[in-house]
Amino acid sequence: MRQRQKFSAFALFRRALGRHESWQSQWRKAEPKASYDAVIVGGGGHGLGAAYYLAREHGLTNIAVLEKGWIGGGNTGRNTTIIRSNYLFNESAALYDHSVGLWETLSQTLNYNVMFSPRGVMMLAHTVHDVQVFKRHVHANRCNGVDNEWLEPEQAKAFCPPLNISDGIRYPVMGAALQRRGGTARHDAVAWGYARAADALGVDIIENCEVTAIRRDAAGAVEALQTTRGPIRTRKVGVSAAGHTSVVMAMAGVRVPLESYPLQALVSEPVKPAFPCVVMSNTIHAYISQSDKGELVIGAGTDAYTSYTQRGALHINTHTLDAICELFPNFRRMRMLRNWGGIVDVTPDRSPIIAKTPVPGLYVNCGWGTGGFKATPGAAHVFAWTIARDEPHPINAPFTIERFRDGYLIDEAAAAAVAH
Amino acid sequence: MLVIVCPYCGKRPEIEFSYGGEAHLARPAHPSELDDQAWADFLYMRSNTKGLYAERWRHSHGCGRFFNALRDTTTDHFTATYKTGERQPVPATPTGAAPTVDA
Repeated sequence: MRQRQKFSAFALFRRALGRHESWQSQWRKAEPKASYDAVIVGGGGHGLGAAYYLAREHGLTNIAVLEKGWIGGGNTGRNTTIIRSNYLFNESAALYDHSVGLWETLSQTLNYNVMFSPRGVMMLAHTVHDVQVFKRHVHANRCNGVDNEWLEPEQAKAFCPPLNISDGIRYPVMGAALQRRGGTARHDAVAWGYARAADALGVDIIENCEVTAIRRDAAGAVEALQTTRGPIRTRKVGVSAAGHTSVVMAMAGVRVPLESYPLQALVSEPVKPAFPCVVMSNTIHAYISQSDKGELVIGAGTDAYTSYTQRGALHINTHTLDAICELFPNFRRMRMLRNWGGIVDVTPDRSPIIAKTPVPGLYVNCGWGTGGFKATPGAAHVFAWTIARDEPHPINAPFTIERFRDGYLIDEAAAAAVAH
Repeated sequence: MLVIVCPYCGKRPEIEFSYGGEAHLARPAHPSELDDQAWADFLYMRSNTKGLYAERWRHSHGCGRFFNALRDTTTDHFTATYKTGERQPVPATPTGAAPTVDA
């Protein structure tokens, strides 16, 4: 275990006296070893988190995280950082609320400010169907102990003053569901915080290392990985590769019910605080919040077709901005600074897979589609459990690959009517 | 926005089309003989290829017809579009290269 500089106000003051030149790098540039007890493929929040919980809660410290690019450069650094847990079904509510619970203390746990800000997530209803569905969500959530409340348009406006609730727009606001415990966090800090904490427990974080093959023994079990930085022997591999999961799983001959789509987001020029919460509208595809830096962070929809290009079409963004401008007319003259895409792995029922696979020693955490960031701590936590014990945690037990064979879908696709 | 060559109508912008997923998935000829795993494979499992991918498109705001296309999912370049029922063409360009498609 490595001695870590602790972050605190006192440490900040003390190092300021030395012109901030004595800070350590936050994790080692590890060289791959010949063998590990377990290897996580994918150095995003989910993968790094799994490595951290494997080391901290299950005592597996001879492990590595392999990342083909750089830490947090995939979907962890590309999402719109929305955190909420007001999902319809019991299985989903348990998983996402487990995550929200971990978010609430994550900064303290990691000694790293992930800037978790439970400023409230408000989901707008624009049709009679929306109203009925959201009220059903509110009741189902309450039965599961997840906070969610129904707001009439005036109450929604009081909670989020920039909101236009006039009935002169194409899809007037007919109400909203509000989860006050929901909010945002700093996405980069989540990856860096987990990387730093895992590294301190002895985990090797190996960047620029792409897995090219998975070798299996005579019994079919995983025995080694071939990578761009040489072979690595290991009996346990946890795949946490988001949009590239199909590619990695194919190396072990495992087919997964996933399709990879580009999902885009964009940010505006930074302005003073003007937007107090997170607002989502699934019906007209607008997701918006304001970062602490002042940029409006806006999420768009997925493109129509599967792709690995990490970019999408402009008309998708335009469509979202149309909706934003109607809902928040005061943003009409704001300029957008950057837009980008990430590749999301979507399952047929829009619920994730966190499970063992038919190949002994191979585990997978995938299928998060357009909403994986919010689940980072919870998913990582139960994925680590699954890898360490070779059996699922009760929370992720329903999220198997076999549910598609056995008909036990967790059909959040139908529940939310769109990707979320 | 992609420019897609409909085999019936020619070059059109992507917003005229809807996407139909992986191509050449034949519905089982004898459904009652399939076990659950075979059904799951047919309904849910997809190749999700990184590289050349055979997929269905429908010219929904044009002629309304389904057709198939070969597209490189690493670049989004189409290497061919062809009518339903025709054999999948053998691609001339390797994965990652920009092809020349004209119509």
